[in-house]
Amino acid sequence: MANKIRVATTSLAGCFGCHMSFLDIDERMLQLAEVVEFDRSPITDIEHCTNCDIGLIEGGVCNSENVHVLREFRNNCKILVAVGACAINGGLPAMRNHIPLEECLNEAYLDGIGVENPKIPSDIELPLLLDQVHPIHEIVKIDYYLPGCPPSADVFWKFLTDLIEGREPSLPYELVHYD
Amino acid sequence: MRQFIHGIAENNHYQATHLLQILRQIQSRYHYIPEAAIEQLSGLLSIPRTQIISVIEFYSFFHLTPRGRYELLISDSITDHMLGKKDLLDYLAKKLAVAVGAVREDGLVSLENTSCTGMCDQGPAGLVNGYALTRLDRSSIDKIVELVNQQKPLDEWPKELFLVNDNIYKSGLLLDRQMEQGAALKSAFKRGVKATLAEVDKSGLRGRGGAGFKTATKWQFCSEEQQSVRYVVCNADEGEPGTFKDRVLLNSYADQVFEGMTVCAAIIGAKQGFLYLRGEYLHLYDKLQSILNQRRQNGLLGTNILDQGLDFDIEICLGAGAYICGEESALIESLEGKAGIPRNRPPYPVTQGYLGKPTVVNNVETFLAAASIAVNGGDWFADIGTEKSKGTKILSISGDCARPGIYEYPFGTTIQTVLNDCGADDVLGVQVGGPSGTFISNQEFDRKLAFEDLATGGSFIIFNSSRNILDMVHNFTHFFAHESCGFCTPCRVGTSLLQKQIDKIVEGHGSAGDVVALEELCQLVKNYSHCGLGQTAANPIITTLERYPDLYQNRLKEISYEPGFDLDGALTTARRMANRDDAGAHLAQTDAFGSRPVASLPPSLAVGE
Repeated sequence: MANKIRVATTSLAGCFGCHMSFLDIDERMLQLAEVVEFDRSPITDIEHCTNCDIGLIEGGVCNSENVHVLREFRNNCKILVAVGACAINGGLPAMRNHIPLEECLNEAYLDGIGVENPKIPSDIELPLLLDQVHPIHEIVKIDYYLPGCPPSADVFWKFLTDLIEGREPSLPYELVHYD
Repeated sequence: MRQFIHGIAENNHYQATHLLQILRQIQSRYHYIPEAAIEQLSGLLSIPRTQIISVIEFYSFFHLTPRGRYELLISDSITDHMLGKKDLLDYLAKKLAVAVGAVREDGLVSLENTSCTGMCDQGPAGLVNGYALTRLDRSSIDKIVELVNQQKPLDEWPKELFLVNDNIYKSGLLLDRQMEQGAALKSAFKRGVKATLAEVDKSGLRGRGGAGFKTATKWQFCSEEQQSVRYVVCNADEGEPGTFKDRVLLNSYADQVFEGMTVCAAIIGAKQGFLYLRGEYLHLYDKLQSILNQRRQNGLLGTNILDQGLDFDIEICLGAGAYICGEESALIESLEGKAGIPRNRPPYPVTQGYLGKPTVVNNVETFLAAASIAVNGGDWFADIGTEKSKGTKILSISGDCARPGIYEYPFGTTIQTVLNDCGADDVLGVQVGGPSGTFISNQEFDRKLAFEDLATGGSFIIFNSSRNILDMVHNFTHFFAHESCGFCTPCRVGTSLLQKQIDKIVEGHGSAGDVVALEELCQLVKNYSHCGLGQTAANPIITTLERYPDLYQNRLKEISYEPGFDLDGALTTARRMANRDDAGAHLAQTDAFGSRPVASLPPSLAVGE
C-alpha cells in the first residue's frame, strides 16, 4: 500500500504504561501494520517526526524538553491525541504541583536522606523543570482525548480504526467506565 | 482553655448539632481552632475529631492556624470592586504592612478577601472580627489601621465605622407600614389555622429566595407528613452577591418575620424554629435576640402562645461564611452542625429535613409576606402582580445608580421602570438575580420582574457603559470556584476549570478554540452538577457569551494556540537554582505552528491524504 497512515507516538512525563497498553492490542497489531506505518516512536527508534497523520502523546508536560517534543509533534501531526490520565490532567507527576519546585529540588538534590555530593544539576544538556506539571492541552491545541490510566487496548483499537476508516471517533460507555 | 471549652460545650448541652456555634466562639476567642480544642470537643460532643476538622476546613470563617487578633476581611463582591475596592485593599495592606491572605508577623492583624458581605448599597465593605464595616475610604482605613495598631478593643472603635443604613427608597404592599406585634397571630387564631393556610394559598405567595415554590403547598405537604415533630426554618443566609434585602428586613421588620414563622408553626404544628443567620450579619444578632426575648415576654413565643395552646420557640444559628448554605438542604446540614453539603433531593426537607423530620424552609421575605397575608387576607396580596407571580418583590439594588438600596415593586414591573426610579443612566446591562441569575442587555429593559420572565431572589446589579462586562464575568466565575462545596466533581473541578479558561481569555492568551472549549465546559458544569450552585455557575459566561460574542472574540489572538500562562516564567525557579541562563534554559511563548494565523490552517484534518 503506497500511502500508509503515518503514526508517531511519544511519552512525556508519563510511565510508558499507555504504550504498554497499546501493545496489548496483541495480534491486531498485524492488522494495524497493514494500513499504518510508525514514524517517531519508542518502537521505531526514529528521532524526529515528519509529516504524520496521527500523533499519540502519553504523559503531561513537566520540563522544557517536553515542551519542545510536544511542539514538534504538533507541527508535524495533523491530528494530535492526548492519551491517558497524565496527558489529560497531569496525572501522578502533577502531585508535585502542591509543593513549590524549590522544595522539590532541595529535597531531591540537597537535603534528602542519603544524598551524596549535594548539588543542583546544572548541565546545559539537561532540561529545566517547569514550576508546575501541565496537561498537554495547556501547551498546544489537542484534537482528541483518550481517557484511562491507561486507556485499554480496546480504546486504542476503537479510536484508531474509527479514524483510519474515516469515522468520527467515539468511545462507547463500556470502554470508558472504570468501576 | 480546657475550662473555657468545657463551659461552651456545657452551655450547648453537649449537642453535636451546635458544633458551628461552639466553633464560632472558639474562633472568636483564640482566632483559630487549636488542635487541643478539637481533641477535647471530640470527647465532649462524642463525634470523631475528623468530623470537626472537616467542618473547620469547610467554612471560611474557621481556621486551623492562627489568624490575627484583629481579623480584617474585605468584601470581594463586584459591587465593591465598582466602588474602588482594589485600590483600597492595596492601600490597607500597605498601611498595615501585611500581605492579603497573610497574618502580620506580630500576630496582631490578618487581612483577607471574603465573598460579598451584603453591604452592596454602602460599600466598599468589610468585616473586623465578624462585625460589618461599611463605606470604607482612605480616611476610614487610616483610622482602622491606627485603632488596630493601638490595640483598641472593638467596642471602643467609633460607631460610625459600623454604621449600617437601611436605604429603603421605595416601599409597597409589605414595607409601607410596620405591623403591630402579634397582629398576624391574632388574626390567624381568630380565623382558624386551616382557614389561614387557605388564605396563604389564595394569596398565590411563592418562595422569595428565587426558586418560587408555592408557599401554601410547601406548608400543606409538611403538615400532612405522618410525624409528630416538625420544624420551621427561616433562611437568612443571604449569600448571593448583590442581595441585602434580608439584612434590612431583619434590622427593621424582624418582629414581622418571626411572626410569619410562628404562623407557619401554628399551621404545620411545629414546636421549634430556627433563624439561620449568615455569619456576615453578626451585627444583627444581639438585636434579634432581644426581639425574641420581648416576644417571649409578650406571650408570642414560648409555651401556650396567646393562650391558644401553641408551644413554639425560635433559636438563632449563625453561619460561618459559606454561600452554599443558602441551598436549603445544605442549610439544614449546617444547622445540624455539619459541613454544608447539599443532600440528594428527594426526599425534600418537607418530608425529611432537620434531623430527618418534616421541615419548612422559607426565605426571610416569604415569612414577612406570610405574616401580612395572615392579617390582610389572600385577596389583598393576590390583587397585585401578574397571573403567575402575585404580590410584590423586594429588590436589593446596587451598582451604577444614584440611589442604591431597597425597592419594593409589584411583580410585572419592567426593568426600565426600576432603572428610572433608582437613577440609573447610560446603562449597559443589569445582572438580575446575582451571579447565578441572568445578565440582560440594554435591549431587554422592557422585560418584567416575574417568575415567568425574570425570576430573582432580589439581587439587581446595574452596570453602566463605562464597565467591562468581562470583569464582571471574571469576578463571578472566581466567586463560584471559591464557593463550590467540593462534593461533586463536575462542580469542584468544573468551576476551577471555568475560572482558568476565563482567566486565559481575559488576560489575552486565548485563541479561537478556547471559546469553543469554554462553551463545552459551561454545558458540562451546568448539566452534570449535583446542586444549584454548579448548575448556575456557568450562567455569567453563558448569558454574556450569548449577548456579547464580540466581547469574547475581541480578546482572542488571531493565532491557532497559545498557552494560558507564562511558559518562560515557569522556568524561573529552575533557572535560578541551576544557575543557568543559556538559550536552552528559555522557552518561547508560542512556536511557529502556534503563532500561525487561524485562517492558514488546513480546513480538513482527514488522515492519509
